[in-house]
Amino acid sequence: MAQSVAHKGKHSADHDHGHHDPNELKILGFWFFLISDVILFSVLFATYIVLRQNTAGGPTAEELFEMPGVIAETFILLTSSFTSGLAVLAMNRNQKKQLIGWLIVTALLGAAFIGLEVSEFVNMVNEGATFTTSAFLSAFFTLVGTHGLHVSLGLAWMIGLMIQLGKRGITETTKGKVTVISLYWHFLDVIWIFLLTIVYLMGVM
Amino acid sequence: MAQHKTAETGSHGHDSHEGHGSLKSYVTGFVLSIVLTIIPLVIVLNDLLNRTATFVVIFVAAVLQLVVQLFFFMHIRETEKPRWNVMGLVLGIIILITVVGGSIWIMEYNKIGY
Repeated sequence: MAQSVAHKGKHSADHDHGHHDPNELKILGFWFFLISDVILFSVLFATYIVLRQNTAGGPTAEELFEMPGVIAETFILLTSSFTSGLAVLAMNRNQKKQLIGWLIVTALLGAAFIGLEVSEFVNMVNEGATFTTSAFLSAFFTLVGTHGLHVSLGLAWMIGLMIQLGKRGITETTKGKVTVISLYWHFLDVIWIFLLTIVYLMGVM
Repeated sequence: MAQHKTAETGSHGHDSHEGHGSLKSYVTGFVLSIVLTIIPLVIVLNDLLNRTATFVVIFVAAVLQLVVQLFFFMHIRETEKPRWNVMGLVLGIIILITVVGGSIWIMEYNKIGY
């Protein structure tokens, strides 16, 4: 009990804003960005669902999708979502090294995901399934590519944040940023689950 | 555990924001997500069910995984009231269902157009 009170005291020392925590408003603002991103993806999903049968004589989803790579991408992204959560836990314990360490693991998993996705796209293009082959493939590359672009931007952002954490340590500002990027990363994992279900699983079933 | 109690009974609000989940909640969420990913993969890749049943199961698994991530990873319950984030999310989902559902409905019943 005494220990927990002391622990709490230490926390509020550098974090004593009570209900008017400035990070709270930033996190809420970021939520609204994520919701606007949900709307962006809803349009791309709707386009893909409507056009998925329009292969114009080109390859169909069933012929094209290589499930082993997709399954690997799924578990890599899911694990990176978990490790970004572990980064937040390390931040809450004020352990800078562990925080940066988990962010590095998260970024490496994200990079592995992007690598697999790029090689998947390159293989498709080499098989003659390009963006302009059919309406199905235009919708496919736009939808999956937009998600991949989000992950790539998240990677650049995460690297920048790690540099800032290395220089300034865990401060009120960097705490808000880590919280926001972990929300972003979980969000990208959720979008991927729906990509896996609607694009890949429904494509090969 | 004791710390958690103090946070709840003591100065309300501040620590619940600071707390943002425990290792236990992240591990639970991770395990549930893995299970909810493996079930649809096994069903689809082994052709275990007919088309309609497969569709229902994989879609329910995806929605459940969304819920798991919202609660265990994104801590949607742990914000202070009023929960603007939940209200915004509900609005986003209404727009999503309108756009996706509306597109499917119109394009399925108007095949002559394209």
